[in-house]
Amino acid sequence: MTASLTWIILFLPLVAAAVITLFTQRDRELSAKLSIGAVAISFVLSAVLFLAHGSGKPFECACPWLFLDGLEIQIGAILDPLSLVMLLIVTGVGGLIQIYSYGYMHEDRSVGRYFACLSLFTFSMLGIVLANNFVQLFIFWELVGVSSYLLIGFWHERASAADAAKKAFITNRLGDFGFILGILLVWNVTGDVNFGEIKALLEHNPQAFGALAGVAGLLIFCGAMGKSAQFPLHVWLPDAMEGPTPVSALIHAATMVAAGVYMLCRVFFLFNVPTAWPASLAFLGGLTPLNVIAWIGGFTALLAALIAVQQNDIKRILAYSTLSQLGYMIMAVGLSGPTPAMFHLTTHAFFKALLFLGAGSVIHALHHEQDIWKMGGLRARMPVTHWTFLVGTLALCGVPPFSGFFSKDAILAQALQRNSYGLFIVAVFVAALTTFYMFRLYFVAFRGEARDDTASHAHESPSVMTWPLRLLAFASLFAGVWGIDAFLARGFGDEHLHSLPWYQALLEPLSHSPMAALFGLMATALGFSAAYALYSGAASDPLPMKLGALARMMRDKFYFDELYTGLIAFTHEAISRVAAWIDRWLIAGIAVRGTHGTTELAGRALRLVQTGNLQTYAFLLVLGVAVLLYLVLK
Amino acid sequence: MHVGLEHYLIVSALLFSLGLLGVITRRNLLVIYMSLELMLNAANLALVAFSRFNNNLNGQVMVFFIITVAAAEVSVGLALIVALYRKRQTAHVEDLTAMKY
Repeated sequence: MTASLTWIILFLPLVAAAVITLFTQRDRELSAKLSIGAVAISFVLSAVLFLAHGSGKPFECACPWLFLDGLEIQIGAILDPLSLVMLLIVTGVGGLIQIYSYGYMHEDRSVGRYFACLSLFTFSMLGIVLANNFVQLFIFWELVGVSSYLLIGFWHERASAADAAKKAFITNRLGDFGFILGILLVWNVTGDVNFGEIKALLEHNPQAFGALAGVAGLLIFCGAMGKSAQFPLHVWLPDAMEGPTPVSALIHAATMVAAGVYMLCRVFFLFNVPTAWPASLAFLGGLTPLNVIAWIGGFTALLAALIAVQQNDIKRILAYSTLSQLGYMIMAVGLSGPTPAMFHLTTHAFFKALLFLGAGSVIHALHHEQDIWKMGGLRARMPVTHWTFLVGTLALCGVPPFSGFFSKDAILAQALQRNSYGLFIVAVFVAALTTFYMFRLYFVAFRGEARDDTASHAHESPSVMTWPLRLLAFASLFAGVWGIDAFLARGFGDEHLHSLPWYQALLEPLSHSPMAALFGLMATALGFSAAYALYSGAASDPLPMKLGALARMMRDKFYFDELYTGLIAFTHEAISRVAAWIDRWLIAGIAVRGTHGTTELAGRALRLVQTGNLQTYAFLLVLGVAVLLYLVLK
Repeated sequence: MHVGLEHYLIVSALLFSLGLLGVITRRNLLVIYMSLELMLNAANLALVAFSRFNNNLNGQVMVFFIITVAAAEVSVGLALIVALYRKRQTAHVEDLTAMKY
């Protein structure tokens, strides 16, 4: 029963995608309804599973798919707290975003294609969430990459969208290369790809990886680095904003980019083994893969937050904020805290989807104007969008009692608990920056006077778009006290977090780790007052005047794109030269012309034998027979 | 003197060599043809001799086949030569080198 429900949840969106692509692509209404219907049914069934299995033991079912000698690869499903929460996020937030898309994309010609891609994405993401082995995970991982490519490049007639899609796909491919090496390494060492089996094997024999333990961890992390856009592969995510805004909300904020964090939490047992490095990597001695992960996460969070401060495109600000929050999650994983990471992932899915959809509503009302300095005064003209956006902002900034406060506090507390003061300071600083750039966005776009004609004629979006906003605002407000963290903690075998009634949960952060809560709140207050002082009623950005070169660097994203472009151009040139030389001299020269020349020479020589004289042939024939006879009779 | 198998074989080999010499050295197609017949008959002689000395009729049966095939071959070959002569006015192999490189 459970197994068949799980398969229905997984395959319903795929069926919707196939039906839309094959039959109903021309019919925009029907395509949209099919896609929304599929994800809605999946959501209801996920809720049923959540209620049925939420408190029970993890459930696993699988059917064999491929036999290689000595290895059976399965397509399976695990239902444990981790995957149940993700199921609800993917189908729930995804469903709301699809409903919103129905309003947002109404004018577009290729709505059918849009919904087919969204359904395909939902299917792939559910496949990742349910996967019970590395191979299945990797297959759906790539499928998610493909659907992300299709959706970023949805408006493929725009060159920038097509380029962004390619950039996202190729950058992800870099990370996935490391990921598949990691999978092969794990497979080679443990002889299995099933998570449960590997975990049991590592518990039985923690030294199974020997000197490769550290390398395996880092290679697996490469996958998360690509998908969750961590430094140095962070460059694709801001460009992915070329896609339609609901896509940015669903894929590049709420779910897909969280897949890396989810994957790390799913295979967290790989990081619990004693660390060892091979001799060639001895300089890493003393570090664990988790340290590296934590610092990369922290660095990404800081870098992205700094860049976000000087962006003027509403979607780009949110994109860098997503990067920064993903950095937080990765940092939490690196601090041995999969529970805070997944908790933040959950609340972030709510409020970031809300923020993106709010931004989409603004962009929709302003006829695709994305520059916040051409907005202003939207509070009065778009009341629902305004208050839901404010809820999202407060949640992202970690203002109690909004959900973001609880999850961010859990991460800060985790840093303190691990005595990682460096990362704690980074995290607190990033929290201040987050509040600063979010309120900069809020003050400039929603308060003050309209700076542009379109902004003064803006009007509220239709209710098919505002209702998802309201529902997400509700979730962003209350998700912190629903006991998601305790529920997740049980999935990681961590029983000390108890589910508290909501009025106790509200004050829990203060009693659990007062230092973390205090610093977090101070950072938020600091960020808010700075933003209020600088941007409340500002007509233009005062920061470039004050900071000079630093502000320019932030605006230009610290020149990572230019650096990568230059680097690629340089290496590309070098490789091209070598390849051209090989092609000209070795392949065309020796291989092709050489073969041709020898054959022709041999042909010229041999054809002299063809005299056309019958008797010569007869003589040669007899000669041949004589030679053969001699050889046989010798 | 007792005549044994080897004597027959020697005669057969001599006939064969004479035929071969003719095929290789003579220029006239008709003569080459006659030399070819000589080679065939050398083979026939050897077969009959083997048949006689092995008390086995297989060799003689083979000879009948060869004679039949040779007759057919000669008729076709002569027809070719006549046709060739009509076209080229010659039956000398040196003049027939159209298949040269």
